[in-house]
Amino acid sequence: MALCVELGDEISAEVNTRVRALEFLIQAKGFPGVVETVPTFRSLLVYYDPGQVAFEALCAGLGELAEQATTATLPPARLVELPCCYDAELGPDLVAAAERLGLTTDELVRLHAGAEYVVYFVGFTPGLPYMAGVPERIRLPRLPTPRVKVPAGSVGLGGAQYCIYSVESPGGYWLLGRTPVRLYDPEAVEPTLLRPGDRVRMRPIDRAEYDAIAAGVAARTYTPVIA
Amino acid sequence: MIRVEDPGPQTTVQDLGRSGQLRYGIPPSGPVDVRAFVIANRLAGNPDGAAGLECTLMGPRFTVEAACAIAVTGAEAPVTVNGSPAESWATLSLAPGDTVRIGAARAGVRIYVAFAGGLDVPPVLGSRATYLRGRLGGLHGRALRRDDVLPLLRGPSPAPRRAAPGERPTLESEPEIRVVLGPQADRFTADGIAAFLRGPYEMLPQSDRMGARLSGPRIAHAQGHDIISDGIALGAIQVPGDGQPIVLLVDRQSTGGYTKIATVGSFDIGRIGQVKPGQRMRFRAVDLAEAHRLRRAWQALLAAAAGGPVTALPAA
Repeated sequence: MALCVELGDEISAEVNTRVRALEFLIQAKGFPGVVETVPTFRSLLVYYDPGQVAFEALCAGLGELAEQATTATLPPARLVELPCCYDAELGPDLVAAAERLGLTTDELVRLHAGAEYVVYFVGFTPGLPYMAGVPERIRLPRLPTPRVKVPAGSVGLGGAQYCIYSVESPGGYWLLGRTPVRLYDPEAVEPTLLRPGDRVRMRPIDRAEYDAIAAGVAARTYTPVIA
Repeated sequence: MIRVEDPGPQTTVQDLGRSGQLRYGIPPSGPVDVRAFVIANRLAGNPDGAAGLECTLMGPRFTVEAACAIAVTGAEAPVTVNGSPAESWATLSLAPGDTVRIGAARAGVRIYVAFAGGLDVPPVLGSRATYLRGRLGGLHGRALRRDDVLPLLRGPSPAPRRAAPGERPTLESEPEIRVVLGPQADRFTADGIAAFLRGPYEMLPQSDRMGARLSGPRIAHAQGHDIISDGIALGAIQVPGDGQPIVLLVDRQSTGGYTKIATVGSFDIGRIGQVKPGQRMRFRAVDLAEAHRLRRAWQALLAAAAGGPVTALPAA
């Protein structure tokens, strides 16, 4: 059984921080009967066992925790650095996006890689981060026609949202480049790389470094930088 | 050890699934019809969570290398051992070299095969269940293929048993699936909700372990079909812009941005999972208290089924 706790109806840092803080409080206090939680932009889905906790008691308890869910309660976030090759082959929309924004591709890359992003939640496909923190200057509406296939690792922009495709899937974001790091690797001990709340920075790399890191990832000798 | 001679259209290794991974986008997986799966394990002398096979519409043909007990449950399909008809919903004691063939389902979709001891594939994130789209768990994250070899854990030699007639679910021609309305029922018109509850809906062939795609009366939205993405519970019924419902199952995406009109009670997930493509079904709304009561009744039935649990479940 599941219960959805809605903490707002908007995509904002404030609402999302409260969602993650509520999840953290549930984990920290070991709320009896709560089996699993799924944070999103503005809500927390709480799976529970009605044999262990009555619905009314769960609602009351979650309501109390939601009151306490402020920014102060979250532990410090990890900072993950992801190498990214911004070029026309790996980022087929890089040139068009820059043109549309009235920027050179170098300026677009500088703005995109200069920002720090926050993972609001991970979901839809395994390990796919929904991130905020896209600078105003480089926001674009989504592509009019989504692509049928977007390769894993593609770095995509759509409105104020930023995501990195974790598996090959259809997608409607502008593709600026690609990271050779795997956000989802079913054969790894920890198959998903990013967690809700992580801070993410992109480090621009050239094609030679992309290929070198991709080889290291395939050989399982490459470890991403996480501080 | 078992050797697969013919895998059937989609046969996967499943146990009761993995938990705690939805927040990373990884669904629980596990059997769609938990009740049939658990009863198969009990008949094979296993703990409820031992890994077995889930087959879709048609079963596999396989040979066992050593003596072993198995049980076949779920959809109604013919079972033979070395060509002679054998029973479903009962313990089958196999001799070394026996070949089991499970044919096409006459009623229902998902057939379960439990093996005494359970299938020995490496657990991934605490479970042996296969998540096909994520290529995770099970046998190399994929459905079985011809010539696959599956090792078995050492198992008991259970006393042969048969599930009581009342423990074998009836596979109805037009089942009524019970739902709790919400969480976005207010995003539909009154006519839209009435159409949803009137039905009937037909199961479409593109349905899979991720979701049951249905076709029937169009469900009209009151104000747009998109929401800010939120979590998707087991059994959540999404209605995209075309007004046709999708019931999300065990391999579902963890989050999504379509309005959800209702949620199928966990006690009816197995029933919806046995509705064949082309077959029709209806939805009936129950309130939350009734849903909790139905769940307790379902659990009580399952607790006693096939003589009750063989051993306690390992702590998950």
